[in-house]
Amino acid sequence: MDKNIRFIQGNEVCVEGALYAGLDFFAGYPITPSTEIAEHLSSRLPRKGGKFIQMEDEIASMCAIIGASLTGKKVMTATSGPGFSLKQEALGYAIMTEIPCVIVNVQRGGPSTGLPTSVAQGDVMQARWGTHGDHAMIVLTASNHQDVFAITVEAFNLAETYRTPVVLLFDEVVGHMREKLVIPEPGVIPLVERLHTSVKDGVDYHPYLPREDGRLPMSDFGGVHRYNVTGLFHDMWGFPSSKPEIVQGLHRHLVDKIRNNVNQIMRYKEYYLDDAECVLISYGSSARSALHVVEQRRPRGERLGLLELQTLWPFPYQMIKDKCKHAKYVLVVEMNAGQVLRAVKRAVGDPERVFLANRVDGVFITPTDIRNILRIIMGKGA
Amino acid sequence: MERCRMVFSGSGGQGVITAAIVLAEAAVLHEGLMAVQSQAYGPEARGGATRSDIIIADETINFPKVLQPNVLVCLTQEAYNKFYTIIRPGGTLITDTRYVKTQRKADALQKEIPMFETVMDTIGKPIVFNICMLGTLLAITEIIQPDSVMKVLETRIPSGFLDMNREALGLGMQLGAKYK
Repeated sequence: MDKNIRFIQGNEVCVEGALYAGLDFFAGYPITPSTEIAEHLSSRLPRKGGKFIQMEDEIASMCAIIGASLTGKKVMTATSGPGFSLKQEALGYAIMTEIPCVIVNVQRGGPSTGLPTSVAQGDVMQARWGTHGDHAMIVLTASNHQDVFAITVEAFNLAETYRTPVVLLFDEVVGHMREKLVIPEPGVIPLVERLHTSVKDGVDYHPYLPREDGRLPMSDFGGVHRYNVTGLFHDMWGFPSSKPEIVQGLHRHLVDKIRNNVNQIMRYKEYYLDDAECVLISYGSSARSALHVVEQRRPRGERLGLLELQTLWPFPYQMIKDKCKHAKYVLVVEMNAGQVLRAVKRAVGDPERVFLANRVDGVFITPTDIRNILRIIMGKGA
Repeated sequence: MERCRMVFSGSGGQGVITAAIVLAEAAVLHEGLMAVQSQAYGPEARGGATRSDIIIADETINFPKVLQPNVLVCLTQEAYNKFYTIIRPGGTLITDTRYVKTQRKADALQKEIPMFETVMDTIGKPIVFNICMLGTLLAITEIIQPDSVMKVLETRIPSGFLDMNREALGLGMQLGAKYK
């Protein structure tokens, strides 16, 4: 038996991915269906010399990881919908102060406490726009354990690269099911480490002065440099400023560093798109049902294909437009009232060929649910 | 191999979920197969009938839930009443005689097996009822080798209890062979 093969729940896969990426610090407040992430890290993280703290609530957890990251640590918190709502203010603070961190949201039914133990994908727009003000977001997801592992590592890498919070948007089905995971040997997936400033002790360090390549080297807070960190608009020293040119410059920098790199941040998988007459677009656990339908119908001569999104935000508008160019129909499969559907309609140009197969009753969407919609849109009756 | 979709059901504490995890893990780690295991979660899993879904195949498994099991195991009356209708036509329905009285005939091979009684008569400990059930299931379905299940148990069970589990698995295998 290969010692790297495991048979575990998706939440534990996320833990393995985070540890592989070099997680040093986790603060959280357990909530179904994300609890196993905190549970496993509470035993795993201290054993490798990291810190695990169960905080008094989700707000404090988010604030704790921001502070820990500023001291040079790789950090993560995990929650579900209600907790994710509480984290939004501090999440905006991390965006404004450009502090790398990873926030896992294992989605359940909402709004409010909703359906604690049931599957849903209703937080796609909250992940994008949950915090106030113009901002860019990186939001990633995956549908199977091998991909959950890889995308978790990727979340840490993107957080460091762009100095920004990254949201991992999983769901109850992927979080709780058990399947095979092969943990790659160290070094197989490249890791992005903290970019530290080369400015020496005693020399002025400008925490918010980008290098030529646009990246901002960091200095561990509490180390050799004294500097200010604030959620107010700030200048290159980190001190508050309301000068229009400073505000405009920072605003543009925060949005553009993500928006201009859509192609670098974009992750997706495609199945049978070359000749697809109908392109299914899905993500997370729903993509498993969608792929089941595609694999089952292909041998019968139905030209179905699947585009599985792993980067939900920044939304890959151009890629989706290109992939759906020759499709007669586009069917978005998701477990909400049509959150990605709306983005896909904006992407394709002619939204009347875009349809929705969804479920919002807490029950995992089945291949039959999808086939029923396909029958209707392809004119074969209900 | 043909894809095998199974549902184990019973009541909390009987170990049906543990049995499902052990079986699926054994298939993946020791037989090179693919498997997905999930379980009913939430209020419906507290008291009443618990349920765990297992799919074992030699190719990728996309849809992870079981809608119509080829093999349905019911260890309590409540689980039987709740789930017997979902069995795939022609599937195998395994019930325990101590706890379940089958009422209507499902379109399935019905195997009413005295697993609990046999465990109590021979070993005297209800804690290994679930492992005896696994042995019975392996003898009937031949889906994986009992050795693979033992290898998983060796990593999960304190060594002092291993012999009892080995005995229960063997007992189940013998029992299952009679009802094959």
